[in-house]
Amino acid sequence: MSLNAFITEETIEGDGDGPLADMTVAVKDNISTEGVRTTCGSAMLETYVPPYDATVVERLKGAGATIIGKANMDEFGMGGTTETSAYGATKNPVDEGHVPGGSSGGSAAAVAAGEADLALGSDTGGSVRNPAAFCGVVGIKPTYGLVSRYGLVAYANSLEQIGPIARNVEDAAALLDVISGPDPRDSTTRFDVGGEGSGAAATADDTHPATDSEYAAAADGDVDSTTIGVVTDLLDGADDRVVERFEAAIDDLRAQGAETVDVSLESVEHAVQAYYVIAMSEASSNLARFDGVRYGKSGGYEGNWNDAFASAREEGFGEEVKRRILLGTFALSAGYHDKYYKKAQDARAWVKHDFDDAFERADVLATPTMPVLPPALGESLDDPLQLYLMDANTVPVNLANLPAISVPAGEADGLPVGLQLIGPKFGEEAIIRAASAVEN
Amino acid sequence: MSETPVDAEDVEHVAELARVDLDAEEVDAFTAQFAEILEYFEALDEVPEVESEADLVNVMRSDEVRASLSQEEALGNAAETEDGFFKGPRVS
Repeated sequence: MSLNAFITEETIEGDGDGPLADMTVAVKDNISTEGVRTTCGSAMLETYVPPYDATVVERLKGAGATIIGKANMDEFGMGGTTETSAYGATKNPVDEGHVPGGSSGGSAAAVAAGEADLALGSDTGGSVRNPAAFCGVVGIKPTYGLVSRYGLVAYANSLEQIGPIARNVEDAAALLDVISGPDPRDSTTRFDVGGEGSGAAATADDTHPATDSEYAAAADGDVDSTTIGVVTDLLDGADDRVVERFEAAIDDLRAQGAETVDVSLESVEHAVQAYYVIAMSEASSNLARFDGVRYGKSGGYEGNWNDAFASAREEGFGEEVKRRILLGTFALSAGYHDKYYKKAQDARAWVKHDFDDAFERADVLATPTMPVLPPALGESLDDPLQLYLMDANTVPVNLANLPAISVPAGEADGLPVGLQLIGPKFGEEAIIRAASAVEN
Repeated sequence: MSETPVDAEDVEHVAELARVDLDAEEVDAFTAQFAEILEYFEALDEVPEVESEADLVNVMRSDEVRASLSQEEALGNAAETEDGFFKGPRVS
């Protein structure tokens, strides 16, 4: 496969009829598939075969979808270009000299190239929206708690959601209809515990926001009298060519009857720092499980327990993963916890407040999905901090647990530009509706 | 300048805490990169203390025996097993 969009190509048949019966789906390789190797893009898990399916995979099969393979990704989701994969970089099908974005780069590239109808990615700080924007397709990051994370190999649990990627808004929304909903195996999807004395078995499915929602039906292209808040803070640092496409898309929505207001979010200036401190801290804890004993690249080494673990982890993890584990360990270590981790949590709460205020004035918020055009392959690997800054427009959404969608807004210099629409908590239908108008 | 100077010894100490061996080249590269990244994180000092209302609640379930993986399935990905147990490196 010339794009290198897949790490493992193996077909998993769905259960006959269902809403996705004639659809093929690429599944990001950090989502567990029973009996089919799941590497997370890491040499650590080169031979790992999950003994169970993720909940979203069970739902895909139940909807009749055919899974055609496990999509390439940045190692454990740590990257924005899919170049940190231990299985080689994926090429952008729009221009093969450029990266497809990441970390769900294989998922977006497979859909953009027509190798799959649909794909699942995961989004911890933009990893669905970034590659959707760079490959010219649609990607949705759902509200935290809308989609079960059971079977998703954890990177930073408090931030991540599994999300759909498709060639148009309606298809992405239809896939969201299939994967969303409560799951007794992921307590963050449970909404049956609000009242006094709750704690009974999780059966009150009718209170989960997905139960009464029809996401695909919301893609009706009607933005008449919708108020769109343009986040001015996130336009200042963006590439002029990106801003030009963004403004054109907003003009077009205005011509369709939408109203626009300028919105400023003072806190977003600190969002990238807060995101990386929190994500790295959670990663340092989550990735402690990879010691080569129960799964993963084995020690089998001489010497004591700790030496064997440290050698297995030196061999199994790539550079970016080591960097994040070490920085996360540092941020949580004695004497630094209050300075980094606690301040990052303050910043996270501040970002949430800012978004709450903004939604008093607007129905949805708009930004360019990425502040830059897709970098050339190999261009950005040497400077980790520059790569982190590329996430400026996507990470505030994860910090605030909100839903967002990236929809194509044309091209600049032959490379795709994405428009990001952000909604209030569980406001998926509003962003799907507005995004479908961008396609008009 | 950063209030958090980083030297090679710090990187090696954190690597030891995290149980990740590094070669000399990695220690050099990480020392320079960590200084730059931590200096960027310094901006968090400007963040005010923010009241955050917990919008999460505890979720309980009753403690009942349920179907789970068989012992054989659970051991399926281990490099070494013995008598139905995981086999790890020596503790001492």
